[in-house]
Amino acid sequence: MASYAGSKSTGGEGSSREPHVLAVDDSLVDRKVITSLLRKSKYRVTAVDSGKRALELLDTEPNVNMIITDYSMPEMTGYELLKKVKESSELCQIPVVIMSSENVPTRINRCLEEGAEDFLLKPVQLSDVSRLCNRVLR
Amino acid sequence: MDYVNLRRQAASLRKGLFDQGYLDEQFYQLEDLQDDASPNFVEEVVTLFFRDSARLMANIDQALDKCVKDFNKLDVYMQQLKGSCTSIGASRMKTECTAFRECCRDENIEGSHSLSILNLCMRSFQKIKREHSVLRQKLESYFQLLRQAGPVECATRPNK
Repeated sequence: MASYAGSKSTGGEGSSREPHVLAVDDSLVDRKVITSLLRKSKYRVTAVDSGKRALELLDTEPNVNMIITDYSMPEMTGYELLKKVKESSELCQIPVVIMSSENVPTRINRCLEEGAEDFLLKPVQLSDVSRLCNRVLR
Repeated sequence: MDYVNLRRQAASLRKGLFDQGYLDEQFYQLEDLQDDASPNFVEEVVTLFFRDSARLMANIDQALDKCVKDFNKLDVYMQQLKGSCTSIGASRMKTECTAFRECCRDENIEGSHSLSILNLCMRSFQKIKREHSVLRQKLESYFQLLRQAGPVECATRPNK
């Protein structure tokens, strides 16, 4: 019987060539839409409903290439999640994108200053996602 | 089964939804996301929307019923509802949600008139409920027609 080298994928150590994006949004509808937008752009997606769950996942799953998070969430906002990610030595390299349905310049600036890669206004379009991913994930 | 006719009816219903302002361009985005890998994407999202919005609206109903004067809380619920409406292109509902939020904001200025604000909120909310119900009816009819009409291959087969 053949013995497998460990990883269930073919090829090298990464499970697939597609970048893995972690989407965070408390809205059921928005999670479904953003997941589809990212999948359509050929990314592997994991969607969670809170900052807390995002951090839990980041703890166990090392291969996240980008985080895209809603700003307005109960308990932990997208901004707070961004801060936590940037303050962590393991996670700070991961680009974080914020989404919001509200166009508040001070909010946008604060996020960018805290290290957000980009700030997208909802509803997010396919063109936003492909432009973003081309730049961030190369 | 006259698939061509059913398709035509569905197309007409769909056009009406846009022409009458029930839906906006965001709905096209959903349609763009539908493909072989997710052949029922639009209907799935819409179904999710109606389930989720019904829940949010029940929360709002309850809060209004109890004459809760926590307008901030009402605003948060409404922001969530408006967000979902925006995501599927539910244009008329979105407009009514905005109007509701305006009512809540007025309270911050005229704190002493909270009862009349509550009244305004309730009336505004009735409008939201009506729009919700109409949109639901129309979209359910639309998807039913699509289902009856079957996959596109049927309609495009030469059928003289």
